[in-house]
Amino acid sequence: MGLRLPRVGTAQIGALALILAANWVVSPQFFDIRLQDGRLFGSLIDVLNRGAPVALLSLGMVLVIAMRGIDLSVGAVMAISGAIAASLADSHSLPVVLAAALGAGLLCGLWNGFLVAVLGIQPIVATLILMVAGRGIAQLITEGRIVTFTSPDLAFLGGGSVLGVPTPIVLALAMLALTLAVVRGTALGLMIEASGGNPRASALAGIGTKLITLAVYVWSGLCAALAGIVAAADILGADANNAGLWLELDAILAVVIGGTSLFGGRFSIILAVVGALIIQAMNTGILLSGLPPETNLVVKAVVVLAVLLAQSPRLGTHLAGLGVLLGLRKA
Amino acid sequence: MPLTDDAPLLSLAGFSKSFAGFVALDRVDFTLRAGEIHALLGENGAGKSTLIKTMTGVVTRDAGTMRLQGAEIAPRSAEEAVKAGIATVYQEVNLAPNLSVAQNLFLGRQPTWFGLVREREMRRRAAALLTEFGLAIDVGAPLESYSVAIQHIVAIARAVDQSARVLILDEPTASLDAHEVEVLFAVLRQLKARGIGIVFVTHFLDQVYAVCDRITVLRNGRLAGTAPIADLPRLDLVRLMLGRELSEATAKRPPHVEGAARAAVATFAAFGKEGQVAPFDLTLRAGHVVGLAGLLGSGRTETVRLVFGAEKADCGTAEVDGRRVAIGSPREAMRLRFGYCPEERKTEGIVADLTVRENIVLALQAQRGALAPLPRREQDEIAARFIRLLDIRPPDPERPIGLLSGGNQQKALLARWLATSPRLLILDEPTRGIDVGAHAEIIALIRSLCAEGMALLVVSSELEEIVTYADEVIVLRDRAHVARLTGNAVDVPAILAAIADAPAAPAAAHA
Repeated sequence: MGLRLPRVGTAQIGALALILAANWVVSPQFFDIRLQDGRLFGSLIDVLNRGAPVALLSLGMVLVIAMRGIDLSVGAVMAISGAIAASLADSHSLPVVLAAALGAGLLCGLWNGFLVAVLGIQPIVATLILMVAGRGIAQLITEGRIVTFTSPDLAFLGGGSVLGVPTPIVLALAMLALTLAVVRGTALGLMIEASGGNPRASALAGIGTKLITLAVYVWSGLCAALAGIVAAADILGADANNAGLWLELDAILAVVIGGTSLFGGRFSIILAVVGALIIQAMNTGILLSGLPPETNLVVKAVVVLAVLLAQSPRLGTHLAGLGVLLGLRKA
Repeated sequence: MPLTDDAPLLSLAGFSKSFAGFVALDRVDFTLRAGEIHALLGENGAGKSTLIKTMTGVVTRDAGTMRLQGAEIAPRSAEEAVKAGIATVYQEVNLAPNLSVAQNLFLGRQPTWFGLVREREMRRRAAALLTEFGLAIDVGAPLESYSVAIQHIVAIARAVDQSARVLILDEPTASLDAHEVEVLFAVLRQLKARGIGIVFVTHFLDQVYAVCDRITVLRNGRLAGTAPIADLPRLDLVRLMLGRELSEATAKRPPHVEGAARAAVATFAAFGKEGQVAPFDLTLRAGHVVGLAGLLGSGRTETVRLVFGAEKADCGTAEVDGRRVAIGSPREAMRLRFGYCPEERKTEGIVADLTVRENIVLALQAQRGALAPLPRREQDEIAARFIRLLDIRPPDPERPIGLLSGGNQQKALLARWLATSPRLLILDEPTRGIDVGAHAEIIALIRSLCAEGMALLVVSSELEEIVTYADEVIVLRDRAHVARLTGNAVDVPAILAAIADAPAAPAAAHA
């Protein structure tokens, strides 16, 4: 594991710019934004709007990964919170609905954190439990049906807008600001980076690594619950089988694209969100280009590989080695 | 064979290397004869590691030529160096601890039969190979089930078996006790008799005089001198390494002040933990240094970990300022204003990715809690103050600490604890693996902290050092405190006698 100088994020921001430019090439109206019925519309807005759930997930995931952990359960937590929100939406007021759905996310986070921090179970196994069980819990809540609702209050969180900006974007930005304030506004960020970088040294320096571990899983649960609410509000219903399906992988990808190592330590919250936007910009671009959507996954894989290579400090050496292999050795 | 032959086995001429403007090696020449053990010495940052890495192709050199038995070679990787006949064994054994000894010996070159590993043949050869090194062990057992010394010998056997002409040992003895060092030396002498040239990097001067034939000293990336061992007495050697007179500070023991009059900071009675260290009594006083001496594994580190709460004691009592306290975790110890620099700097001390500044403020920040972040300006001030005070180099607070030399990492860790203004500071091997200059500075620091009224508890294997600063030395053996020396009774022969006093303990092999 090499030592890294503080990253500046040129690779990620460059990649996002390139993909947006490519989107503009395949779809010249890509950057057109228009105001209609007091809400902004356009492909760029769409990228932000569709990217909001994964961006929300990545806000929690980046902290978990910085602590050398991983949270595979976020997709399932989205399904649980979405199911709760959709089931309660027509019978309870919005604050109650939100409290119940977010509370469920908090409990899920506590459960994961308990397994990892207190029982010492490997994070990938510990969160796999809820990844599998969570979808079952969500189905129990919806009684195996797709629950729909009509409450305009909840629907506003998915389809509404604030000063023209779609609500999911506003929620994601608010959560980003809150995460930054909690993590970087306090010494928590330093403590997470220290604990993830060297847990034993950090514990000996008096850092409460267990409590921090618990806290990051709780935060991840909360972010996932919010993402689940947004997703349910967007489709005016909850589908326990499909809500948030495989999104944990997109969230992990977003964090990794954002330059945070799976070995823990240094992390960047903002670049994780940029990572989420890179993923969504690709999805949108492929749809716009008219390429068959089936190619989406392959294109995604290629772009991800390119971004990761661009970040690698060893790329230069490898390229040189490749040159030797192809040129000098053959000759 | 060729002990009489004076033609060099390996000769380097004009080796140079710069890293981003910093000259790490400046036209260094080096020759190694067949059948000699050649000590390569120098302070941290003198260029030893760079010289070794450029010799073995791990780092590409900027200039210089290298001849092995007269033929010019230019390995581009450690693998090519091994093929050419130059093998390296590092301080941290680079083998797979979970594989068997035999598998480690033949990893990547297993005897095969139509692609299948011939396990029995491999074991037979492994056993035969190790017999040459005087080891009769079960080669089917995992490597990690053996002591570090045996792991080192396995690594050496593997290296010698692969190439067998030049063997480079980078601080092989850093984690060995006196007996294990003797075992290793016996192996080295045997390899020497077989005509292998050995480059031996170490910080222990005793060992240089015990086993080496010639010495080459590097200083600030340049060749400071090279001489047969007989022509270079110890004082001259140290002078060559430091380029200055060793300060008198480290040599003489200051007049002793009776400790009983001082205020007790912490008192431990019948304190201990099953399987770690037998119950002991210990009183730590302001302005008083207690040294813990003993062989590796004698319970020194275990004792200090109990005192700091890194392990929870299962019997006995602790009192601080006359009040009974429970020390169940490092956090609780820190609330009592204890500090602890652990022995394992890399795994328990530094956070390599974080900057020097972040590493320095870590404990203070933990003490204040996450919700009371130190303002950046205050962090900068603290880092700048300690970088100046302890002369941490390079003096750049924003450099990842993993890029600093061992001595400077150690100073930054001391700074981490000094920033919390502790009343009791626990230092576990504060001078291990760091250069002679930093040794003297850290000893001077221990003295000045003590003079300011801090209580200190210091674990050290360097008996000559410990007697110069300790007011009281506790000797440990087989996980128990066995002797307590105070005042004028503190001297090296007395400590050695106490360590060697048991039937089981080997007589310490101190020159």
